[in-house]
Amino acid sequence: MNIIIGQYVPGQSVIHRMDPRSKLIAVFAFVIIVFIANSWLSYAVLAAVTCAAILLSQVQLRFIYRGLRPILFVIILTFLLNAFFTRSGHELFGYGWFQLTTGGLRQAALISIRLLMIVISTTLLTLTTTPIDITDGLESLLGPLKKIRFPVHEFALMMSISLRFIPTLMEETEKIMKAQAARGVEFSSGPLLQRIKAILPLLIPLFISAFRRAEDLAMAMEARGYRGDEGRTKLRVFHWGLRDTSLLILIFLLIPVLWLLRS
Amino acid sequence: MDKETIITIDNVWFRYADDAEDWALQDIHLDVYSGEWLAITGHNGSGKSTLAKCLNGLLMPEKGEIKVRDNAITDANALWEIRRLVGMVFQNPDNQFVGTTVRDDVAFGMENHGIERGDMLKRLEASLKAVDMQEFAEREPHRLSGGQKQRVAIAGIIALEPAIVILDEATSMLDPRGKKDVLDVMRRLNEEKGITVISITHDLEEASSADRMVVMDRGKVVREGQPSHIFMEPEGLVELGLDLPFTVKLRQALKEHGHIQLSDKAFTQKELVDELWTLSSKI
Ligand SMILES: Nc1ncnc2c1ncn2[C@@H]1O[C@H](COP(=O)(O)OP(=O)(O)OP(=O)(O)O)[C@@H](O)[C@H]1O
Ligand SMILES: [Mg+2]
Repeated sequence: MNIIIGQYVPGQSVIHRMDPRSKLIAVFAFVIIVFIANSWLSYAVLAAVTCAAILLSQVQLRFIYRGLRPILFVIILTFLLNAFFTRSGHELFGYGWFQLTTGGLRQAALISIRLLMIVISTTLLTLTTTPIDITDGLESLLGPLKKIRFPVHEFALMMSISLRFIPTLMEETEKIMKAQAARGVEFSSGPLLQRIKAILPLLIPLFISAFRRAEDLAMAMEARGYRGDEGRTKLRVFHWGLRDTSLLILIFLLIPVLWLLRS
Repeated sequence: MDKETIITIDNVWFRYADDAEDWALQDIHLDVYSGEWLAITGHNGSGKSTLAKCLNGLLMPEKGEIKVRDNAITDANALWEIRRLVGMVFQNPDNQFVGTTVRDDVAFGMENHGIERGDMLKRLEASLKAVDMQEFAEREPHRLSGGQKQRVAIAGIIALEPAIVILDEATSMLDPRGKKDVLDVMRRLNEEKGITVISITHDLEEASSADRMVVMDRGKVVREGQPSHIFMEPEGLVELGLDLPFTVKLRQALKEHGHIQLSDKAFTQKELVDELWTLSSKI
């Protein structure tokens, strides 16, 4: 069994090699900046930035499509709702209370493009950064929150342990499913209620074993001298380079540009 | 072998609940010597793991004293140093793998002990080499065998330059190949670096190759000595819930059968074979 956690697609592009912190800041900023745009021209600028990022990442389009797929329905729904419930400009088509106006169409298009760009930029982050790098990057960026006693280190550790155990637990689920299937339990066919009932004897052993693992792991961590964040050093370090600074400058330059292009 | 004591266990009592009737450990007296390979065996629930967890302060005895190189485990200031000195490999290879890759896992202990990064990288490489896992540094745990995971666990421990490594049934979930690899690595560390090994095991073949052996029963140490001496008097061992090594069983069977005069010295497989073939050549 070969399990890939998250969507990470290994690669050597500039974007792959960037510091996860700069990518996190950039995406976060971009998602907010997108809301400044409200004219076709400002949208064109944003679309150009997005396309440039996709090109630089050298990620194949099908991977981006795969990341988009689960959210595509939401985008289409937003489009339809906006198209039919915004009434401005002149009417294109009408049938009773059902109206399609030019203003509505414009609004729907802009909002869907906005959503699309938000999803593409976050997908690009997860496609080019391993989950563990994202976790470490977040831990480092949120570091100052430790001063107000926010358990940043603990959350990051929790995340990385989950990432570590996902494949293990998936393997285990598969094993239990096979064991139950050998006793005649049907997981994939039959009425819905029956299938839900079949999940229960799967979940209970899985939970029991997860608790046992947690107990063992806590013991092993303590035996290896774990005592929280204090006095801890780190193997993983980040390399902030010129390209990271440039990325941030570029993103923040977008703000005045988009502001000028507003209608 | 010089007999420098590295762990002293004196009059130790432990129970899991304050009001429990039965003690998990009762009046344990035991010394562990520097550089030795000590096997601890006994039936399920005899208190082996409990004793092991007392040795690095994961559990605190209710009565008695445990000292590791003159650090008492009750001394809160010495506790972290004790956990560095006493490394522990547990039974389930999966449930002690913390990192997302081999490198991260080996580094985990060093990160906890605040070892500076430059030093960490050097030790990381050296300890992966010591357990023959250099090529696997970037692997995720789900792409390793059980034996490989246990060797990674050992690497994580020796990176901390410990004096003692406790294997708590560390090979019991492995196939024969994985088991052999892990034990070979430990034997090499024992011989080359002089690391003291305490191996908790149900496998008496393995125990019989130890320098010294302890048999536990219901929270007590009931036998202690060289494996050859303990197996010389196999009577009673079966009652303690132990399965005798093949050579011991064979010698007993041959003796019961009569006719064949065997000395009481032949103990390992080789010794027994030698004795048997020289025996028949005398006839
Ligand atoms: N966490 C616990 N809470 C309560 N009782 C426990 C706990 N762990 C072990 N015990 C009890 O303490 C006694 C000694 O257990 P221990 O795990 O030390 O035995 P062991 O010799 O390691 O056995 P095994 O060969 O099965 O590993 C047993 O009676 C057991 O039921
Ligand atoms: Mg045990």
